Amino acid sequence: MKSAVTMTVNGAPRTAEVEPRTLLVHLLREHLNLTGTHVGCDTSNCGACTVWLDDEAVKACTVLAVQAHGHEVTTIEGIAANGDLHPMQRAFHEHHGLQCGYCTPGMIMTAIKLVEAVPAPSDEEIRRGLEGNLCRCTGYENIVAAVRAASEVRV
Amino acid sequence: MAATVEQGKGIGVAALRKEDRKFLTGRGRYVDDLKLPGMLHMAIVRSQFPHAAITGIETSAAMAMPGVTAVLTGDDLEFAAGVPCASNPTGQMVHPTRPPLAKGRVRHVGEPIAVVIAADRYTARDAADAVEVGYAELPAVLGVEAALADGAPRVHEELDSNVGLVLAHRTDGVDEAFARADVVCEATIRNQRLIHVPIETRGVVADWNPASDELVVTSSTQVPHFLRTFLAIVCGVSEAKVRAIAPDVGGGFGAKLNAYAEEFIAAAASRKVGAPVKWIEERSEAMLATCHGRAQIAHMSLAATKDGKVLGMRAHYVQDYGSYLQMLTPLISQLTFLMSPGAYAIPEVDVKVTNVYTNTVPTDALRGAGRPEATHAIERSMDMLAGELGMSRTEIRRRNFPSEFPFTSAIGLQYDSGDYGKTLDRLLELSDDRETFARRREEAAARGKLLGRGLSTWVEVCGFVPSDVARNALGLTPGGWESSTVRMHPTGKATVITGTSPHGQGHATSWSQIVETELGVPFDDVEVIHGDTAFAPYGLGTYGSRSLAVGGTAVHLAATKVRDKARLVAAQMLEASPDDLDFSGGVFAVKGSPDKRTTIQEVAFRAWQAFGMPEGVTPGLDETVFFDPPNCVFPFGAHGCEVEVDRDTGKVEITSYIAVDDCGNVVNPMIVDGQVHGGVVHGIGQALYEEAEYDSGGQLVTGTLVDYLIPSAADVPHIETHRTVTPSPTNPLGVKGIGEAGTIASTPAVVSAVCDAVGARDLDMPLQPMKVWDAIQKGGAR
Ligand code: FES
Ligand code: FES
Repeated sequence: MKSAVTMTVNGAPRTAEVEPRTLLVHLLREHLNLTGTHVGCDTSNCGACTVWLDDEAVKACTVLAVQAHGHEVTTIEGIAANGDLHPMQRAFHEHHGLQCGYCTPGMIMTAIKLVEAVPAPSDEEIRRGLEGNLCRCTGYENIVAAVRAASEVRV
Repeated sequence: MAATVEQGKGIGVAALRKEDRKFLTGRGRYVDDLKLPGMLHMAIVRSQFPHAAITGIETSAAMAMPGVTAVLTGDDLEFAAGVPCASNPTGQMVHPTRPPLAKGRVRHVGEPIAVVIAADRYTARDAADAVEVGYAELPAVLGVEAALADGAPRVHEELDSNVGLVLAHRTDGVDEAFARADVVCEATIRNQRLIHVPIETRGVVADWNPASDELVVTSSTQVPHFLRTFLAIVCGVSEAKVRAIAPDVGGGFGAKLNAYAEEFIAAAASRKVGAPVKWIEERSEAMLATCHGRAQIAHMSLAATKDGKVLGMRAHYVQDYGSYLQMLTPLISQLTFLMSPGAYAIPEVDVKVTNVYTNTVPTDALRGAGRPEATHAIERSMDMLAGELGMSRTEIRRRNFPSEFPFTSAIGLQYDSGDYGKTLDRLLELSDDRETFARRREEAAARGKLLGRGLSTWVEVCGFVPSDVARNALGLTPGGWESSTVRMHPTGKATVITGTSPHGQGHATSWSQIVETELGVPFDDVEVIHGDTAFAPYGLGTYGSRSLAVGGTAVHLAATKVRDKARLVAAQMLEASPDDLDFSGGVFAVKGSPDKRTTIQEVAFRAWQAFGMPEGVTPGLDETVFFDPPNCVFPFGAHGCEVEVDRDTGKVEITSYIAVDDCGNVVNPMIVDGQVHGGVVHGIGQALYEEAEYDSGGQLVTGTLVDYLIPSAADVPHIETHRTVTPSPTNPLGVKGIGEAGTIASTPAVVSAVCDAVGARDLDMPLQPMKVWDAIQKGGAR
């Protein structure tokens, strides 16, 4: 009943045997031990599970592992280059855009794609762009500030 | 050895957080990230009915599924005690017993009935769905009115009625105050039922070692030490064999200030099957089975003179306990009771709380825990009183603020310090004047928008709590102290071990700042350990905005003790008298000959070598302090907000929000602001969006995040934060709490603004568009 899936994860080829119903988020967390991608709901509302599938931010709880077969997946563990934080990670740190940290990986993965799509976003555009990522700690104030700052120093 | 000490990140500095990096890079370690050898997964079979007798549990189909290790019911797992409640306000209250796994009877939808232990979580869930439970439905009690009705079915047969507890306090002159009042303003004010929704649900990994009989429980909890104690009591084992660990915890807000059935069940199941057991709550389970919050109705009446002086207050609160008592259920409405007069010097009061059982999820602490309820009721009442007197909402408040501190309320609480006029003045300075606002209101009206503004002047009690008060006034089982160890290593670095249990509050950063200030050890040389009962002296955890005022003070005192001992060692090293040493920036220097000096790091090394120690001084620099606060602390503030209501749809948009808070001295202003932001948005959620609803059959309607709306970034405004500083006399740091402030303040401020916009006297939360639109249609809207 299990099928083999192969994909590139954070730049390296990975293979796993999974049930067809296995969600991408569980493949990442349980099979590949990439636990930075979190689960916060069962209705695709919270965005804690956000990763990039090829070049798009997706909720990994709504993608089956088999759907990612042959594709490229990037997780929060894969965005800091040679130990240097990604500018978005740095901006979250510098603007206190995280408290408990649980929403943070998904928030950052969404935010990076947001500023790629909208290079100089207004606060309103940032807020709308983050609508699918819930945070219960920060009230979003400093998350918005972080995304704004990161959009100004994009690499 | 270290010599130069940069005084860069001590108390008062907006130091960036040292805990961030792991979270930013996906290297946090939350409970679901933990994998142990041979670990099995648990799924829970939950009651489908609000009240029923269990007539049978058919487990064979589940047992037959490949990968299933065990299916366990209330008959299979033995417990020495039921799920604990640590609050008994009168000392006379009967706590209904609640076995962790139901035995014969269930009292709310979602109550655990059986568990499946299986090789992976998918199999465990499938098998749980294959367990068949036979129910004989019993009449259910839903809502406090039904619970109090004559002849209502009883939630607990062992009790005489559904009333679990009544608290009352009445001053002698209250009738006279009402008799001589010019106006009496009455209102019924509701705090709807809420669900906490930390983005990480609950979860636990229980590992009972059959050989050593040791139990290690890793749980997403705010209170690991309480958990250990309760695991020992409920599972009937030696507390010395139990270790509880709070790993990284993804938010709590009171939802994880508890010792839950599932934690005991996982532990007992691990013992039963002889393997580690993991349970991770699904979100829809969290909605059904993690405690809820609020669910309180207030019947308020204020007696006042025509110039706005409040002479007396009658407040009768009815609290929905839900079906059982969780760890602190009775405390919550007790806190409402204690804070019922809010920020006002109301001389005569008649306050009563009636607490009732219903066939719903138990309620317990939710960010603010009892104080938001009290604040909302009194703040709304003050607005309505202002309306009746034709007085401004700010003026009525000002006329009733206490004039002197410490101030003792008619309830008997002593508010430690305050200056409520100061935060209100600041808010008014920051807000548009009356004319400007009136002009903007007209402009908005031309666009089809109704502009309104509102405020709240809040105060709360936090920094729980002197242990004598805990026992004698509140009826709590545990005291209210906190512990900390400060340890200098031979190489000059420091470790702080704290009894607090942060889950987003940044204690690693703030506690390091305290140590840098006290000891001159640089911020980056300090590590903070928390959340593991194996390492730490007993600690009471993080809740009720207590961590800094009690736990931070313990860190300060332990560091002071280290410094005092270091002074003795340094004196020996410098051949001087301890009194002749100055200490600053981590350096001891002989007064008058500043080149005779040694650093705290050198002293730590010497104390480790321990040769030639002064008479009576023991080796090492390692001090532990237990701090029992002499009083609670009372932060306060004034919040104002402006809303635009769409006349055609009733949709509310908050267009500006200003918070002016006073939490005494501030250790890290960045973290304090962050706490205010999060709190304010949580309160906005209550005001505008959130409500947990049961249907008439006792089923939870808001069972997922599709039906239960918590605010997203697009739903909330930019929040401006400001501060005044009135130090607390209660602790040597002069600090108060800030974690719940925003939540307490924002809910009434938002409702005040919407009522102002639509010209309503009051509106029940949440102010969803339909309700607001109705209010507009009823007239009064400008
Ligand atoms: S886990 Fe919530 S959206 Fe994926
Ligand atoms: S930081 Fe805790 S949920 Fe966002």
